[in-house]
Amino acid sequence: MSHFQRRSPEPWRVGMLAADRRTVLKGLLGVAGLAAAGPLLAACGDSSTGAAAGPGAISLGSSGSEPTAKAAYQALIDAFGKSGGGTVKPNIVDNNTFQKTINSYLQGTPDDVFTWYAGYRMQAFAKKGLLHPIDSIWPAIEGNFSPATKSLCLGEDGKPYFVPIYNYPTAVFYRKSVFAQHGYQIPATYDDLIALAGRMKNDNLSPFSHGIGSGDGWTLLNTFDYLNLRTNGYQFHIDLMSGKTSWTDPKVKAVLEQWGRVIPFYQQGGAGRKWQDAQQALVDKKTGMAVTGMFVATSFKGADLDDLDFFPFPVVDPAHGLDTVEAPTDGFLLSKSPKNLDGALKLMQFIGTAPAAEAYQSGDKSNLAVVTNSDTTKYNALQTKAAALIASSKNMSQFGDRDSDPGFMSDVVIPALSSFVNDPSQVQPTLQSIESQKSRYFSA
Amino acid sequence: MSSTKTTTSTKKAAGRPVRRRKMRRLTGRDKLVLGLLVGIPLVIHLALVWFPAIASVFLSFTDWDGIGLDTIHGAGLSQYVQAFTNDPSFWPAVTNNVLWLLFLIAIPTPFGIFLAYQLDKKIRFSRFYQTAIFLPMVISLAVVGFIWQIFYQPDYGLLNSLLGTNNPGGTYLDWLGDPSLNLSAVLVAAGWRHTAYIMILYLAGLKSFDPTLREAAAIDGANERQTFFRITFPSLRPVNVIILVVTVLEGLRAFDLVYVMGGNTGSKQGLELLSILITNNIVGESGKVGYGSALAVILLIVSLVVIIPYLVQNFRKEQR
Amino acid sequence: MTAQAPAKRVRTAVAAPRPVHKARRKVKPARVLLHVFLSVTALVWLIPLLWAVYTSLRPYDETASRGFLTFPKAITGENYSNAWQQAEFPHYFWNSLLITVPAVLLTLFFAAGIAFFVTRFSFRFNLALLMLFTAGNLLPPQALITPLFQLYLKLPLPSWMSDSGLFYNSAWGVIAIHVAFQCGFCTFVLSNYMRTIPHEITEAALVDGAPVWRQFFQIILPLCRPAFAALATLESIWIYNDFFWALVLFQTGSKRPITSAIANLSGEFFTNPNLVAAGALMTAIPTLILYFLLQKQFVAGLTLGSSKG
Repeated sequence: MSHFQRRSPEPWRVGMLAADRRTVLKGLLGVAGLAAAGPLLAACGDSSTGAAAGPGAISLGSSGSEPTAKAAYQALIDAFGKSGGGTVKPNIVDNNTFQKTINSYLQGTPDDVFTWYAGYRMQAFAKKGLLHPIDSIWPAIEGNFSPATKSLCLGEDGKPYFVPIYNYPTAVFYRKSVFAQHGYQIPATYDDLIALAGRMKNDNLSPFSHGIGSGDGWTLLNTFDYLNLRTNGYQFHIDLMSGKTSWTDPKVKAVLEQWGRVIPFYQQGGAGRKWQDAQQALVDKKTGMAVTGMFVATSFKGADLDDLDFFPFPVVDPAHGLDTVEAPTDGFLLSKSPKNLDGALKLMQFIGTAPAAEAYQSGDKSNLAVVTNSDTTKYNALQTKAAALIASSKNMSQFGDRDSDPGFMSDVVIPALSSFVNDPSQVQPTLQSIESQKSRYFSA
Repeated sequence: MSSTKTTTSTKKAAGRPVRRRKMRRLTGRDKLVLGLLVGIPLVIHLALVWFPAIASVFLSFTDWDGIGLDTIHGAGLSQYVQAFTNDPSFWPAVTNNVLWLLFLIAIPTPFGIFLAYQLDKKIRFSRFYQTAIFLPMVISLAVVGFIWQIFYQPDYGLLNSLLGTNNPGGTYLDWLGDPSLNLSAVLVAAGWRHTAYIMILYLAGLKSFDPTLREAAAIDGANERQTFFRITFPSLRPVNVIILVVTVLEGLRAFDLVYVMGGNTGSKQGLELLSILITNNIVGESGKVGYGSALAVILLIVSLVVIIPYLVQNFRKEQR
Repeated sequence: MTAQAPAKRVRTAVAAPRPVHKARRKVKPARVLLHVFLSVTALVWLIPLLWAVYTSLRPYDETASRGFLTFPKAITGENYSNAWQQAEFPHYFWNSLLITVPAVLLTLFFAAGIAFFVTRFSFRFNLALLMLFTAGNLLPPQALITPLFQLYLKLPLPSWMSDSGLFYNSAWGVIAIHVAFQCGFCTFVLSNYMRTIPHEITEAALVDGAPVWRQFFQIILPLCRPAFAALATLESIWIYNDFFWALVLFQTGSKRPITSAIANLSGEFFTNPNLVAAGALMTAIPTLILYFLLQKQFVAGLTLGSSKG
């Protein structure tokens, strides 16, 4: 086949042309050769500095990668060291990755102690045998917590697993100056809230910050949880979340119908807006209110922070009043088989005391200490008010995705609620879709 | 193909298969070297790609939550039934994947080829144009995701600011949120990258094209379009196969753009994709490994059905 | 020695097409139109990127209060220096290098081995191997991750290679999966490339009694240099930019590559987009440098198939 010969400049010959490039390439290959030996070097280096710490050191898996959280956890670690507890080697992974890979993390070679959340989300891991109980140190610290907090630390088997470090309430946040300027009153009931939203709209103010754009659909749970808690009470909410109650129950339908009344007052374009931008709108006085967690305070700086205030999500059914507060609680767990069990337990015990809470609070002002006997005199006005709100509530729920199977929430409930917010007439189809998919998550 | 081989084999008795004769000359050590050269990567590939793949097929018939090997229980076809009948995201995801693929085939692929063809002419600044258009492939996804977020952001994003469509109460285009807009918006970003990819691949292919063929066609009076469609394009069959495979892969496995633009999580109305559903189920906290694997098997079957017949046909032609 | 003869021929081969350039004397309107078209396209392709650069150069307070589509009051590199420190760039750049360089080198070496074998010794095997590797590339990585993770938890590595004693949480594990996944594409390109090298070259060596390993290392590998350059560029870009495998296969935060580390710039509750832009853009620098260094070789060496007329 003679056409074989006809091929024009063979690439390999063109390559010879580039002989002047050889030096560049050689240099590159040289660097490459050096670096190829790298993992070996790194492996040697890491054994002294990495997570696989020597005897004595306690490894701590932390999802606090941002500067504030990092500093606060470091203060906690330092305080533990000063108290003679021992050395702690933190292994910091960003929050998003940490949550996403928690399953493989816990099955792999997890750190002795790691940060996590209270609620169903912790109990599920305990049930699967991925956690180590802390009964040996529990009697020494349980007196430091309120009864509501204490119950959060227990697994379904009644054993203690969790030591909380802080919590924060969700509520309706607003700027005092905006309310003063227009003469708005704090709404006592849900009807008042709707009326207030109507007034804001007339005043050319978007009543509610709304941003579920970049995977931020979870922010809808703030409103859903409260409407359910206020309409049907704490126990119904927890049963619904843990898969015991049907989503097609008329009581849930009532919640969505209530919700439908407020949706027209949401900031436009929420489906494409990140929730951070929705919060920024509250800072910029473009919106009047935001149903969110106290972490909204991180968007407010200086004088703006003093202008930030909140009121509890108003009453829907007087039978339940304001008896429940949603206050997500973060804390620590022990992995299944810690390398340094004694040290890890010591650390857990320390975390449950006032000095630990104070050390943490010294670095992070957007949360509240959960230890009842810790010094709260350094709280700012917002923290003080938030602490009072939590103290006055009979029940404490966590958050939609913490009181339930997080996969069920993120893959079924949140998408369904997001499309409901997009078209509030679809009450029944939304609930049916959720209920029919529930079996994938709560089969047992 | 075998012109060179026949010349060397004339020395030996005729009729002997060329390959065997050559292999016989190899010493034991040669065979060992060859065995290692092929064996090691083959073992790595089989162990790390095919073994997990087959395991995934197996897992798709279970309801495993990914924790502890002792909790694997058979679930028959129930995961597949779930996908087909009881997942409101499944069919939209299939539709969107198909739309994604059709779009890539219809616009960015031909445009990339067109650009490559133009850049292959000996023109000035060709390198600059090449670089500018290829940049979307060089930068990391974090950058790409970020770029398109600030491009489409409804309140202050570049697009809405320029169009003046960020006016609450008035015209307000929610590019990434509105289920009727967001797929188109993301496809623009996908086209941006895909054009770059195809352009560079085709440009590489064109370098091995014999320019005398084109010149001959020009002498015969063919115009540029005729030359391209009748001479250049058909003679670049291997490149065309690659481009088709790459396009189908990008279309069916489309994942990263939606993933980064969606804040590394969740699927959103209007933007459902199979690979996103797979990731949510497998990598997420609730570990629906069985269900996610079933979705992955479905995706794999679709990819194979689309690609394998074409590949087989082309490899066969190649061998002749 | 053998390789030197063709080198001479090349010069003549390149001299030949020279006369074509005469055409440039006359500026054709079509050419002008082509330049206008290409400039506009290039610009359109660059705008989103330039926009990100512009954003990264502005302080957060300014864009938060005045919006992004505004003339800047201040242009500052502050975001870059903050991101550099906050995300510990040097450390994570090094991590990325430790994964990318060995992975690229091993991939190229193994792919060259297979390509050498299928082009020089077994054409029938060629089809089977290429099908196997290509089909392997069709698999969505998400589908492999769970079994792979379980496998990595059981596969031991000597402690001098991995402090975990396992493939899991070790750079070698991530390197291995990259090699496994990328070999297919590289084999395909390299076998196409090697096919353009005349058989006489290796046959002559065979007659001289040179062992196979010498043919491979001393004759074939040096001739494939342009293809290596092209593939090294592409593979470095792909492997360096990957974040998926590292997501699940590492347990220790400080071992992760730079693509994972910039996630540290986004807080749980507050994110400064300008800072993230600066960080994200900085991660692109190594691949950009590599691309510019090897650009000339890039297109020339990426032989996806020889036209057989």
